[in-house]
Amino acid sequence: MKLLTCPINGVRPLSEFVFGGELRDMPPAECSDKEWADYVYNRNGAPGLKKEWWYHSPSGTWFVAERDTLTDNVARTYLYEQEGAQ
Amino acid sequence: MPLRLLKYALSKEYKETRFFRENVTPKKSYDAVIIGGGGHGLAAAYYLAKDHGITNVAVLEKGYLGGGNTGRNTTIVRSNYLTPEGVNFYDASVKIYEGLSEELDINLFYSTRGHFTLAHTESAMRTMRWRAEVNKHVGVDSYVVGPDEISKACPQLDISCSGHAPILGALYHGPGSVARHDAVAWGYARGADRLGVDIFQSTEVTGIDIKGGKVQGVQTSRGYISTPRVLSAVAGFTPRICKMAGIDTPIVIHPLQACVTEPMKPWLDSILVSGSLHVYVSQSSRGELVMGSSLDPYEVHSTRSSLDFVEGLTSHMLDMFPFLSNVKIVRQWGGMADMTPDFSPIMGKTPVEGFYLDAGWGTWGFKATPISGKTMAATIANDMAPDLIKPFRLSRFEEYELTGEKGAASVGH
Ligand SMILES: Cc1cc2nc3c(=O)[nH]c(=O)nc-3n(C[C@H](O)[C@H](O)[C@H](O)COP(=O)(O)OP(=O)(O)OC[C@H]3O[C@@H](n4cnc5c(N)ncnc54)[C@H](O)[C@@H]3O)c2cc1C
Repeated sequence: MKLLTCPINGVRPLSEFVFGGELRDMPPAECSDKEWADYVYNRNGAPGLKKEWWYHSPSGTWFVAERDTLTDNVARTYLYEQEGAQ
Repeated sequence: MPLRLLKYALSKEYKETRFFRENVTPKKSYDAVIIGGGGHGLAAAYYLAKDHGITNVAVLEKGYLGGGNTGRNTTIVRSNYLTPEGVNFYDASVKIYEGLSEELDINLFYSTRGHFTLAHTESAMRTMRWRAEVNKHVGVDSYVVGPDEISKACPQLDISCSGHAPILGALYHGPGSVARHDAVAWGYARGADRLGVDIFQSTEVTGIDIKGGKVQGVQTSRGYISTPRVLSAVAGFTPRICKMAGIDTPIVIHPLQACVTEPMKPWLDSILVSGSLHVYVSQSSRGELVMGSSLDPYEVHSTRSSLDFVEGLTSHMLDMFPFLSNVKIVRQWGGMADMTPDFSPIMGKTPVEGFYLDAGWGTWGFKATPISGKTMAATIANDMAPDLIKPFRLSRFEEYELTGEKGAASVGH
């Protein structure tokens, strides 16, 4: 079984986690409809190292994982607030 | 036939003609280049030559023909979708499929079985009624049936699903069929080849040359090819190709897995689908049960398969058919599904002149192979998409005009 490291609870089986999609910055509130549609729908669907939201469901913890979507290797996981701390 | 066999057995050479020409070196330029030798790319090439007389066409395939999702799918063909746009489109495909073995002169093992989408909850029943109404309105044969009719068609099914998820009814779709997927690719490839299209296997597109917003050519592992028109029909690789063309899409790639059992005597006539139990199953002409489930729940660009998948799928299969507990799974595999937010494809023109997209086929594109080939060929020939595929244009997202087909997806997502 695959494993993932929750920054709070440590290494846990993947079945305890929920994928939350890529971490993306919201455009400013006064953006155009086109920019908003781009944010709502378009994705970086090409393979590569991406920052993603993951959720550890038993403990209710949202955190960020840096994962290569081609190799499925996770480089690191951390709480959103801790970004850049490492 | 036996005589011919004997002749070949005694001769050192095998003189039988190959299925299609072995093209070695691409020409310097083509009127159109098609990226991807799956069913969609090959069908587009065939109809470009046949319907539009455009034969100076190259199909470039980085692996082997049909080695992508075309050769990996569970081969279900149906048109009982939810939106009128979808039902019309897939119905046009079913109609071509029905005469396709004859047209391509290859046995596609096209077998009309009847297709049951099982409902285990009241809300699922409501969706079935809704789909039945839309289908009937468009002229497609679909209606809601009760448990008795399902049992009559498939006496082996445990209608209570081991008590976990009793079946309340189903949407029945008579034209639901299965077909031999590799043969669809080979048939279109041979048809296109005979009309003069050049097909290159082991030839990867590595870049798209665009100047002043117009396509000029493609970079490939065998050198540069100049062309004013490029069709991308690469299923799970679409975001990579679009990146080369500088085009953003809402497509994300998730693996979809399938498996087959050892062969059995024929006992399952119909195609059965349960979105709630994440199961769809049919019996192949070889006697195997061909089964699929739901998408892997996160983005991965690979065709690996997993133990989680077979465990989950087989446990639900046993809810439906407890007597299968001693039957062995002999093979499992995965494909890369290019998912869109509205479960509809992305077809037609793009912001780059001469660059056309046939993508977003997710878990549902095998059935669309003939009609997507036909409509994309028309789009390339006329630089304009036919009405049938206008609802699937890439610009629908920025226009907030999605074609929501999720309720007709056969797998739980
Ligand atoms: C497990 C599974 C079950 C499915 N079941 C069904 C079903 O029952 N019914 C149904 O309708 N649909 C089903 N589908 C979906 C269906 O298989 C696909 O939508 C369909 O096959 C897509 O066909 P295609 O020709 O567009 O893509 P593909 O057959 O994937 O062909 C694309 C080709 O492009 C090539 N390529 C990629 N990048 C490049 C490059 N840079 N240069 C050159 N070539 C390149 C690839 O090698 C590949 O051969 C299923 C899919 C999967 C994975």
